[in-house]
Amino acid sequence: MTATTFSANGRKSSSGDPVTPPVLRSRRLRAARAGAIALPLTFLGLFFLWPVGTLLWRGLSEGSGDALASERTWAAFGTTITLALAGTVGSLVLGLGAAWALYRVRWRGQAYARALVTVPFVLPTVVVAVAFGALLRPSGLLGFLGLDQGIVPIVAALVFFNVSVVVRIVGGTWASLDPGTAIAARTLGASRWTAFRRITLPALGPGIAAAAAIVFLFCSTSFGIVLILGGTRTNTLETEIWLEVKQFLDLNTAATLALLQVVVVALTLAIAGWAQSRRERALKRTRMDGTRSATRADLRLVTLALAPSALLVGLPLVGLVERSLHTRSGWGFANYASLLTIPERSNLPVPVWRAAVNSLEAAAIATSVAFLFGLILAAAISRSRRARWLDAVAMLPLGVSAVIVGLGILLTLYRPLPGGFDFGDPRILVPAAQAVVALPLVVRSLVPTLRSISPELRSAAATLGANPRRVWWLVDWPILRRPTGVALGLAFAVSLGEFGATSFATRPDHPTLPTAIYRLLSRPGIESVGTAFAACVLLAFLTSAVMMVAERWHGKEAVSW
Amino acid sequence: MHRKTWPAIAGFLLSALALTGCAADPDPTTVTVVTHGSFAIPDDLVTSFERDTGLTIEFVVAGESSSLVNELILTQDHPLGDVVYGIDLASAAQAVEAGLFTDYSSDQPAADDAAEYAISGSDGLTAVDYSDVCINVDHHWFDERGIPEPVTLSDLASPTYRGLLSVTNPATSATGLSFLLATVAAFGEGWGDYWAGLRANDVRVVASWSDAYYTDFSGPSSGGSYPLVLSYASSPPFEVGEDGVAPTGALLDTCFRQVEYAGVLEDGANPEAAGKVIDWMLSDGFQAALPDSMYVYPVSSRVEVPEAWARYAPLSDRPWTLDPATIARDRDDLLRQWTEIVLG
Amino acid sequence: MVTGLEVRDLSVRYPGTPPIVAVDGVDLAVDKGEILGLLGPSGSGKSSLLAAIVGIVPLASGSVLWDGEDVTQTPVHERGFGLVFQDGQLFPHRTVAGNIAFGLEMQGLDRGDREERVGDALALVGLEGYGPRRIDELSGGERQRVALARSLAPRPRLMLLDEPLSSLDRDLRDRLAIELRDILVSTGSTAIVVTHDHDEAGMICSRIVQMSHGRLALG
Repeated sequence: MTATTFSANGRKSSSGDPVTPPVLRSRRLRAARAGAIALPLTFLGLFFLWPVGTLLWRGLSEGSGDALASERTWAAFGTTITLALAGTVGSLVLGLGAAWALYRVRWRGQAYARALVTVPFVLPTVVVAVAFGALLRPSGLLGFLGLDQGIVPIVAALVFFNVSVVVRIVGGTWASLDPGTAIAARTLGASRWTAFRRITLPALGPGIAAAAAIVFLFCSTSFGIVLILGGTRTNTLETEIWLEVKQFLDLNTAATLALLQVVVVALTLAIAGWAQSRRERALKRTRMDGTRSATRADLRLVTLALAPSALLVGLPLVGLVERSLHTRSGWGFANYASLLTIPERSNLPVPVWRAAVNSLEAAAIATSVAFLFGLILAAAISRSRRARWLDAVAMLPLGVSAVIVGLGILLTLYRPLPGGFDFGDPRILVPAAQAVVALPLVVRSLVPTLRSISPELRSAAATLGANPRRVWWLVDWPILRRPTGVALGLAFAVSLGEFGATSFATRPDHPTLPTAIYRLLSRPGIESVGTAFAACVLLAFLTSAVMMVAERWHGKEAVSW
Repeated sequence: MHRKTWPAIAGFLLSALALTGCAADPDPTTVTVVTHGSFAIPDDLVTSFERDTGLTIEFVVAGESSSLVNELILTQDHPLGDVVYGIDLASAAQAVEAGLFTDYSSDQPAADDAAEYAISGSDGLTAVDYSDVCINVDHHWFDERGIPEPVTLSDLASPTYRGLLSVTNPATSATGLSFLLATVAAFGEGWGDYWAGLRANDVRVVASWSDAYYTDFSGPSSGGSYPLVLSYASSPPFEVGEDGVAPTGALLDTCFRQVEYAGVLEDGANPEAAGKVIDWMLSDGFQAALPDSMYVYPVSSRVEVPEAWARYAPLSDRPWTLDPATIARDRDDLLRQWTEIVLG
Repeated sequence: MVTGLEVRDLSVRYPGTPPIVAVDGVDLAVDKGEILGLLGPSGSGKSSLLAAIVGIVPLASGSVLWDGEDVTQTPVHERGFGLVFQDGQLFPHRTVAGNIAFGLEMQGLDRGDREERVGDALALVGLEGYGPRRIDELSGGERQRVALARSLAPRPRLMLLDEPLSSLDRDLRDRLAIELRDILVSTGSTAIVVTHDHDEAGMICSRIVQMSHGRLALG
């Protein structure tokens, strides 16, 4: 007695290709897939694995890894894990409530709130640090808390940055979750909270695990936030690597610490993978629109669920806007006007709007590259258990120090390569560096959905005469369109705000928006700081606008199927 | 045909990837300048240089201060470019010792001024500009309270100024390193005791110049609560309002003279062009643009500094200095000891 | 006083312009031990009526009473009404036994009692030994049996079944309809069965009412 109407291996092919034997066909298909996977791997290999590998090799061959015996190393390791765990838990706690409020129920103005929540994700570290610092400094709005220069502001800022990752990824899963099971639990005597805890939460498991892994890796390699808000008193693996490379030229220690980071990445992925696989097979569900209009009672909950995030995200953002309006002659929009001209006493060779255009161009290229390669990787990872290692490779860039990557690129790509290739051109390096960072986000956004597409569905299409390409186009793609919005949005946002890799890859005469902001903040004067903050508001606005477009796109599409 | 789609797409993308990496033979008409992220110069200066010499300038952005030198050392076998700008006094001797540079003597008139800051025993580096790293003071804050402003480094450790000073960590900030060197120059072996005194006096330590200046300083552009902050002698003019009154000033007894150098990189592809870049940096046009573009003083005595600088940004007439060779020898130890004393 | 379920002047409206009136002033009583068939075309409001009785959609007006006690304001999980969904709504991350045990866990039964009651429930629906199986290993018919067992296990005072057999094929449906009636009768359940199939209603129910356009028609 089986409900499966179609056999899983698709041999019932009714039309197909009558000449080519099925075995031969699948061999060709395999070869084609292998060829396709070679593309993202070549890309990652060239712009990430080769530079990082070269530097690690050089560092490790220069010494004996004494750093592993040093107390300082293990203290930094412990701090790294503690901060990352705290940042992840904080982001999950705030993000889950916000994901429900922003994706599960529908209400007026929701699209704006969704876009706003993504803004922190792209703000340059130095600006966020100034904004948080201004709140927490002894004379600041929250100065009375006495939290200046310690672990708490670092964790708060980590949550500020990463809550949107949780909201996006978990929200996407939540929106397509069948509400029926939770209702069934209610009729069996579970309170609303119990039903959430025992039924909905496990169903969200894969999304939560995916989001947690990303957030944890982001937190564990966070640099500027730790340094600035910790008042340089908090040492993590990342800050130690930075010091060893930049100050002391101790590559051996730096490489040893970087390898510890790789171990952290591997452990994170192993744990997340384990958590995910426990749930995923059981959760092959039909995807549906599980959202509903908010009732009056819901709206109260929405307010409650969003309040903590709104406060955490809102206060620094308000501070940012406030400072952008602060001019020498009182309040006004002069700083915004100065975005249009080359600032008079400033070290920017171009107007800020030009830097914004540069940013948008680079981010558009980076997003396309990351999406294309991410799609290929995600398809491979979701179809075969053996391809899981690809997932780890794609995630590595999130967990390896930007200093190591940057230095590795200086060591490898800034020289003519055999065959006359030269990748040391910022027009290639900037989008490439951004795409490397955006790639894991694309992969992570797409894999859960791709895995949830049942093989029967594909077989069904195949038996109706669709070749593999058409199966993909007609079965996988329509289901993928929703997470594609999320993937594109996150990839674009991270490319737009990327600073670490971009800062060494840009030319002085071709700044991106974040590097322009950084430069404006590196000189004194109320005009400089005001213009910098106005530029931040512009960056935030651009991000929100991009997010709104992405929302609209998959909002419309949600109705169409 | 459908069966061939995947390989076809793969082939197309691979070739596209290959094409984006442009073939680059050593090009005698291109000169590559390695510099830090704060490098900025008006476009018309670049254009006129390119027109006069027939060269095209390419920029490679590397780190600042000691990171810049470290990166140059690591890439010594395959230099990142032909010429570097932005080596500072604190890491100049280390860079020279590492053999990063080919000797070059410019014939520009300003070369004589530059020679004043030459690294002894080497023609590898040419001074281009300098600046004084000094404690800045918020005049208004002290006026309002009727407390006299501090004058010397020692004053900063006095109980009168307890909890009023914010500086940057010398391990994470080049400005902070300059200030540490000023105290070493001033107190010699006693620098550690001086910093222990500052610590006891609740000195605040932050990561970077922008944190100190834009978060902590009580001056008009930040609104923090520290009236004494580590910055530059050239900072005060940027705070002058329309009334022409300078609300902040620099404590000229606390200054360290920081110098920025340029050098022709050893084994660069185009050493001749590299020399022309250094000549260009000593030229009147480039030198005159330095204050407004990069917020430093030109090394050349032939150009005028902006009027506001002359009025509001006087240089220290007795800045602290330290022999670059001594800095190269002691820097790592100083940093580690400082961390112990102040943060430990 | 009416014993069993009493529904007074119950209306359900869904937001929209103009609002959609799904259930329009329905009065209904179900005696204890009675199995009521609620018959009507799709869109007639019968599923909404069921959802309103169980408490998962808000009422626009009216009240729901059990043994004369007003339970309109009682939250779903405290009402003691079981619901079998059209598509089962089994918990995918739990085994068959885990699904059936859920309601028992909510009642705070200890492990031994739970296992016994799960075993009984499985036997009742003819799935002895299926306890450890995963949900995605089950056929459609087996799933609906598990759904039925899951709802019966906590011994609800009222069973509501929303098109319980409509996702199955004809043959299976006829067999299961008879089984379903036997199970409901043998457990002495009070039940409302929503269906659009007249024959099915006839096989399962002791009384049938018709519903159309949100109102009950005399049938």
